[in-house]
Amino acid sequence: MSYVRYIDKTRAYYLKEGYDKPYEWAHFDDVPFTPLTKPLSECRATIVSTSDIAIREDESADHTQEMFVGNAYVIPSDTPVERLYSQQEHFDKHATHLDDVDSFFPITRLREAEAAGRIGSIAKRLHGVHTSYSQRHTLEIDGPLVLERCREDGVDVAILTPI
Amino acid sequence: MSLVARYLEANGIPTVMIANGRDIVEHCGVARLVFVDFPLGNPCGEPGAVDQQREIFEMALSLLETATEPRTTVEAPFQWSKGDKWKDLIFSEEQRFLDEEATEHWLEAKARYKERKAEGKV
Repeated sequence: MSYVRYIDKTRAYYLKEGYDKPYEWAHFDDVPFTPLTKPLSECRATIVSTSDIAIREDESADHTQEMFVGNAYVIPSDTPVERLYSQQEHFDKHATHLDDVDSFFPITRLREAEAAGRIGSIAKRLHGVHTSYSQRHTLEIDGPLVLERCREDGVDVAILTPI
Repeated sequence: MSLVARYLEANGIPTVMIANGRDIVEHCGVARLVFVDFPLGNPCGEPGAVDQQREIFEMALSLLETATEPRTTVEAPFQWSKGDKWKDLIFSEEQRFLDEEATEHWLEAKARYKERKAEGKV
């Protein structure tokens, strides 16, 4: 079975929901490309994710009120995976769940790659970017913030995982 | 997410995306994509399927090494263990994407974003 055409499906879906102006998905003709110039085993890697990944501070707190809003933020890469979670709601909750953090924020897999020498090291900070309300916000605020932090941390490669 | 990938890539950091929404990512255009044909939410493999997650992660690492041009997509060789029914149901009339509570959260968050933007906080 072929893969889902989300652009077409969501357009039809939201039209029926009463939104007459279809969402304009970002589109570019040109695509930037930076080749990898040194062995991966010498590279420092980070993760960037729009999964609303968060650190569990207090099990009883309802973080929903603070979700989804704000600029790009960081997760210390030594955070135990047991303390990470997501309350993101924009996924296919009829088909799956987000109980396994590594299914959308592969921090354990990253640690395994470091332990095996497949990558050189893990950057001290991993990154969260909120599913934006504005492509302009993503380009003008979040992108530069993530880039600046990656440069400070000496990041060589980034693995990006949307939800 | 694709926009951030492009931004990093344009500024000298090689990136690889692992994603479920192939058309959305390719419509935007990124350097490297590992497409995983699973429901939105689990780009890096099925929950609890550690070996599968390892293979997908390794595909991403390999793609960083092997891609020689932008828009390089590879597809993970896995099928969702519970079948493909989810593909018909997602964003369909019989199955709403967001329930009322989630829709409410979304609208609240949008309003908060506007407020904070007006205050110069985002």
